[in-house]
Amino acid sequence: MNLNYLFSLLAVTVLFLVPWVGVDILGKKELFGLIIPYFAVLIFIGGFIHRIIHWAQSPVPFRIPTTCGQGQSLSWIKQNKIDNPSTTMGVILRMILEIVCFRSLFRNIRLEYREGKHISYEWEKWLWLGALAFHWSFFVIIIRHMRFFTEPVPFFIKALEDLDGFLQIGLPGIFISGFVLLAAVLYLFFRRIYIHQVRYISLASDYFPLFLIMAIAISGIIMRYFTKVDIISVKEMTMGLVTFHPVVKEGVHTIVYVHLFLVCVLIAYFPFSKLMHSGGIFMSPTRNLANTTRVKRHINPWNYPVPVHTYEAYESEFREKMKEAGLPVEKE
Amino acid sequence: MADELKPEELLNQTRQNHQSNPPITSWMDTPTIIRKGMYCYASNPKSVEYLGLPNARKWNPIEDDWKLPDNWQEIIHKGFKERLERFRSIKVFMDICVRCGACADKCHFFIGTGDPKNMPVLRAELIRSIYRNDFTSAGKIFGRLAGARKMTLDVLKEWWYYFFQCSECRRCSVYCPYGIDTAEITILGRELLNLIGLNIDWIATPVANCYRTGNHLGIQPHAFKEMIEFFCEDIEEITELKLEPNFNKKGADILFITPSGDVFADPGTYTCMGYLMLFHYLKEKYGLEVTWSTYASEGGNFGFFTSHETMKRLNSKMYAEAKRLGVKWILGGECGHMWRVIQQYMSTMNGPADFLEVPVSPITGTKFENAKETKMVHIAEFTADLIKHGKLDLNPSRNDKYKITFHDSCNPSRGMGLLEEPRYVINQTCNHFYEMPTNTIREQTFCCGSGSGLNAGENIELRMAGGLPRANAVKYVHEKFGVNMLACICAVDRAALPTLMEYWVPDVGVIGLHELVANALILPGECERTTDLRGEPLSEEEGE
Repeated sequence: MNLNYLFSLLAVTVLFLVPWVGVDILGKKELFGLIIPYFAVLIFIGGFIHRIIHWAQSPVPFRIPTTCGQGQSLSWIKQNKIDNPSTTMGVILRMILEIVCFRSLFRNIRLEYREGKHISYEWEKWLWLGALAFHWSFFVIIIRHMRFFTEPVPFFIKALEDLDGFLQIGLPGIFISGFVLLAAVLYLFFRRIYIHQVRYISLASDYFPLFLIMAIAISGIIMRYFTKVDIISVKEMTMGLVTFHPVVKEGVHTIVYVHLFLVCVLIAYFPFSKLMHSGGIFMSPTRNLANTTRVKRHINPWNYPVPVHTYEAYESEFREKMKEAGLPVEKE
Repeated sequence: MADELKPEELLNQTRQNHQSNPPITSWMDTPTIIRKGMYCYASNPKSVEYLGLPNARKWNPIEDDWKLPDNWQEIIHKGFKERLERFRSIKVFMDICVRCGACADKCHFFIGTGDPKNMPVLRAELIRSIYRNDFTSAGKIFGRLAGARKMTLDVLKEWWYYFFQCSECRRCSVYCPYGIDTAEITILGRELLNLIGLNIDWIATPVANCYRTGNHLGIQPHAFKEMIEFFCEDIEEITELKLEPNFNKKGADILFITPSGDVFADPGTYTCMGYLMLFHYLKEKYGLEVTWSTYASEGGNFGFFTSHETMKRLNSKMYAEAKRLGVKWILGGECGHMWRVIQQYMSTMNGPADFLEVPVSPITGTKFENAKETKMVHIAEFTADLIKHGKLDLNPSRNDKYKITFHDSCNPSRGMGLLEEPRYVINQTCNHFYEMPTNTIREQTFCCGSGSGLNAGENIELRMAGGLPRANAVKYVHEKFGVNMLACICAVDRAALPTLMEYWVPDVGVIGLHELVANALILPGECERTTDLRGEPLSEEEGE
């Protein structure tokens, strides 16, 4: 236990209780059902765009891709066109692999100090697997939730639901994604606690989103499987939000407000946090540039003249010695 | 110091550091102690002054008073702000790290020391914490909870200590899911430190030398010529041929630039002899005129380890000299960071080199499409092309006593992608070649532990610890295949690896690619060789 961990847990616990108090005791349904969601979305969109523009305002003065394979060279040498791209297509493929498959994380290996003298590097794909499970299940859940904001519900959302629920256990049917997300987020949390190096580098702002997402997943699971939630009223409310005719329905369980509030906190927190890695990855100059600086000149917008030591100055200093050594000189 | 610390002791110390938990206090509360054997001496004020860089004065890192300007905090803050506005890389890398820890055990300095502040992520956090405090609202509001802290003298000293414990090798950036490059962070850190005169002398003095005499070692023109001619005498003893290299020759076909380290010390000198023999061969057989320059007598660029501006100042000589001499294009020797600068910076900084031609090998007719803007070709590309076209007479059996493994240098691997060319050349000039394990070569290669200006004597413990992962992989192939030679294409490697091998794997030597080429190369009219370039018998048997 350390302070960072405790603070984040405390913060999320408080956030969990806020809507209970707000809705159940104070009866502020409009605040939690309408005003906060609108504000959160505004902050998210505005903050996200602002951050991207903020990054984009700084130029990329040098072309510095990290090359992870053979570069473009002689015609008979096989280039690794994805890990060391020289074309836009190569860069796009590299970025797709990175963003969709976490290519770099897949390279992960673990250091082992063996008894005896050798150091070895062990198979370690758990982080990659955990990260994939986390992000993909989150993605599936977001798409699934689009059913609350669309009418009629598009076919692909229904198809995804069928796929997600293919186990057909229980009633209502179990969606795998929710449990995968919870398991993955727990894994990411426990590895942060368990691996002492990772624990050492972890900040409160690393634990906070994990606890928050845990709370969102748990409140979601409670809603779906344990409490009777009036789905029709919920959908009327969510449709009201997206069509800008917001309404508050009576008889909606407080857990719905809790779930919604936590999601609002997450998206409002998003642009100011490390969660912006989702936007930043697209702008990372070591990944999104082709390795072509020897082929095509890259322009640095702030390139400025610098003092140099000219040949003339050099020869002036060493002329006699150069002549004596038989080196050609410009001025005799 | 490593003189006192035996390999076994160093290894135990490192293993203990890894196995014990990190300090109970958080890293922000764990003070940094500048320890002997781990740091380099402060820059000589004369060198700093010669370059016109700030705050030239005598200072000592282990004394309390670093003799900083009164407003040093303001200078750092302003410098930081300016660089955030100039480099998107830095801005993005400051914001998007999630501290997943994938980079942690990829750093050779962390593997070799077990010091948690050598984890790439924490090295970056040293500077990120200040960024959050100075430039983000979350940091201003939540302070430590958001990972922010105030800039103090202790933080500054921590920066200095750890940014000179990073060799800018970029291995961590290969594994980072967002490509966060600690080299960028270290470059920024060192650039900021240089604003208040906090360089190390192993960088500052070579930079001043290079600015004045054209090379890091400060070899003056007449001496440079003499040293090369001295190699020609050695070659004459081995081959009975008289070599007449060109110096500062106007109208030559190609200007050749290589790190001055290879002119200075073994075993780099043998690589240098290798270049001379190759150029002699090409002149005799094909009439190719290659010239050396005394003004641009340095391929390497320690300015890169100082600041972007200093890098540009030193690099400018390459194009200036090529223009003055009227050559067609430039050929570059074996070097690591030199090639990062040429590949990723040179034409942007000092180009366009429109007075040069798109490089074409006059012997094979090959057009080097991959160098058509920068007009500078790597000698491994050049030689591989010659061999592929059957233009070199080679007798690989003259390298038979060597069982070779190849050390990919950081920069050609991760800043360029020059992987197959040197392997092809080795395979064509040697009969016994064995690769080290996959996780330790190519883009995953380990640093020699002494790159980016850290190849000094006083930080020997750091160097031996940082080189441990590389040495460990060499030891593996040494034990498994009997490997006795570590080939490389970098002058810093040739300076650093012999010490490293002597320390960890004493039976393995170090050799440059073009020493292997020259051993195998049959020069027209040469006598029957009895020795290699080192003056040693060609095979073990002949020696007996």
